[in-house]
Amino acid sequence: MALLKNGYISLSELKNEKGYPSEERFNEGPVAVIECIQEIPCNPCVEACDFGAIEIEGPITDKPKIIEDKCIGCGKCIAKCPGLAIFVVDKTHSESFASVSFPYEFLPLPDKGMEVEAVNREGKVVCQGEVIRVINNKEFDRTPVVTIKIPEDKFDVVRGIKRRKEK
Amino acid sequence: MIKREAVVIGAGPAGLSAAIEAAKRDADVLLIDESLKAGGQLFKQIHKFFGSSAHRSGIRGIDIGKELLEEAKKYGVEIWLNCVATGLFKEKKIAVEKSLDNQNKTAEIIKAEKIVIATGASENAIAFEGWTLPGVMGAGAAQTMANIHNVLPGEKILMIGSGNVGLIVSYQLLQAGAEVVGVLEAAPEIGGYGVHAAKIVRAGVPIHTSTTIVEARGDEKNGVKEAVVCDVDDCWQPIKGQEKIYEVDTITIAAGLKPLMELARMHGCRCDFIPQLGGWLPLHDKNMETTYPGIYVAGDSAGVEEANTALEEGRLAGVAIAESLGYIHSNKASSIKNEIWNRVDGLRLGPFGESRLEAKEKIIKTFQ
Ligand SMILES: Cc1cc2nc3c(=O)[nH]c(=O)nc-3n(C[C@H](O)[C@H](O)[C@H](O)COP(=O)(O)OP(=O)(O)OC[C@H]3O[C@@H](n4cnc5c(N)ncnc54)[C@H](O)[C@@H]3O)c2cc1C
Ligand code: SF4
Ligand code: SF4
Repeated sequence: MALLKNGYISLSELKNEKGYPSEERFNEGPVAVIECIQEIPCNPCVEACDFGAIEIEGPITDKPKIIEDKCIGCGKCIAKCPGLAIFVVDKTHSESFASVSFPYEFLPLPDKGMEVEAVNREGKVVCQGEVIRVINNKEFDRTPVVTIKIPEDKFDVVRGIKRRKEK
Repeated sequence: MIKREAVVIGAGPAGLSAAIEAAKRDADVLLIDESLKAGGQLFKQIHKFFGSSAHRSGIRGIDIGKELLEEAKKYGVEIWLNCVATGLFKEKKIAVEKSLDNQNKTAEIIKAEKIVIATGASENAIAFEGWTLPGVMGAGAAQTMANIHNVLPGEKILMIGSGNVGLIVSYQLLQAGAEVVGVLEAAPEIGGYGVHAAKIVRAGVPIHTSTTIVEARGDEKNGVKEAVVCDVDDCWQPIKGQEKIYEVDTITIAAGLKPLMELARMHGCRCDFIPQLGGWLPLHDKNMETTYPGIYVAGDSAGVEEANTALEEGRLAGVAIAESLGYIHSNKASSIKNEIWNRVDGLRLGPFGESRLEAKEKIIKTFQ
């Protein structure tokens, strides 16, 4: 498993997981993607979702999965996951752009409108992105959630931004 | 000599929950800790905890610590901080050094009816050329500097060890503004949870498996300047000619933890070597009672696991103490303990928990 060797999940590994949203679902609008593929004793994501869209079937160590028809892509689960392993992807953002929302616990936070370097799961810069939202409310408990706009074909590749250095 | 019904040594999650459960049922409880602040590891853990929602997961360790402290106060737990238990002598006498600033230091002997050892764990060291240079430190030390004292341990850091501690501390050092140039792991696979690995990799920190440190270079005055690392073969031996050099000012070591069990051993509680749980630890039964009646053990000092299991083991010890002191009927006590055991067993499932579950079951069997 690439995750154990290099510390990041390969896309094919992820796509093999139950609960990875279908192509049709991606085409319908924002949906949560859970990148948590080991049996660990953890489950706050289940309670975080008001729509019952995250399920852990058996014991707590079972893997969480998205019930794609129930998920509305609200993003509330992103900040609740201690593994920072949940993303919301909107492939339908606009004509040729997608958006990706991810947790970002570093200072300084990016500002809306800022041009940023978008990175993949490996931490490598793959394209430019534009910050379209930064939510840092009380409920998120100091885990800000950043949303960036990226070229549509990068929707299942981009999972964060390059850390910004304080001047 | 001071007398107390129950004395809990160590105010981490295990000790706090033991004290709370016993005090809640009217036992008179004294909790002592060598630090200036109660909470043990929790106050260093600025990240959100994994675990079950029933265990306040998704909440940061620091906030769990605050809640526990309030609860302990509410139930009237007496807390002595800045006090170290230096010895445990026959018939449950505890030697305590009170007030650790040298001027006002006093020594006390406390005779306790029940004792809980909840002293946590200590970090393993690894030795390599140059490992005594300033700038080589435990990951726990780096975490304490950054998160408790707001001091950055270094600007450019190399982490040795990819267990959860290595991964999480790397992440927190990034948050504190340091650069982590990489995480090394001698084993062929990452030791900690994939989600913790993934978040530091995404943040630009590479993890190198089958790689170890062979030398720290620098001098006594200016500390570490370089780290020499090397790929290892299947037997974890460095492969000659594969050395690489990193320019760093700090090397942090996260090579596992071992239970702090000296007090139990001193009192003659039977110990056994259980590698899955960190090494030597006191045997205990389902009440967390050691082979010496009235002495209990809980948390990392009963086998290195997690805060959630530490909390539950502490609760077990606290309830068992209240029961044996006659503050709670044994029927009631067993039903509470059963509930706790069900939760604990749940936490010890999956590939990361199975070996700990097996080891814990073996401990309890050996005990009988
Ligand atoms: C970097 C890191 C990240 C972690 N992340 C998580 C996580 O996300 N989720 C999770 O569930 N767990 C996590 N853990 C594990 C968790 O912190 C520990 O398992 C837990 O704190 C153990 O609790 P404890 O009460 O047994 O010991 P501790 O919290 O270590 O407390 C022991 C206390 O005993 C005191 N003490 C020791 N000896 C003496 C003595 N002789 N006299 C007086 N006092 C003494 C110490 O000062 C300390 O306060 C993490 C640990 C680390 C290091
Ligand atoms: S994005 Fe919203 S609806 Fe979808 S799983 Fe997360 S919390 Fe539930
Ligand atoms: S909260 Fe996050 S880390 Fe925990 S099980 Fe859910 S997705 Fe995995």
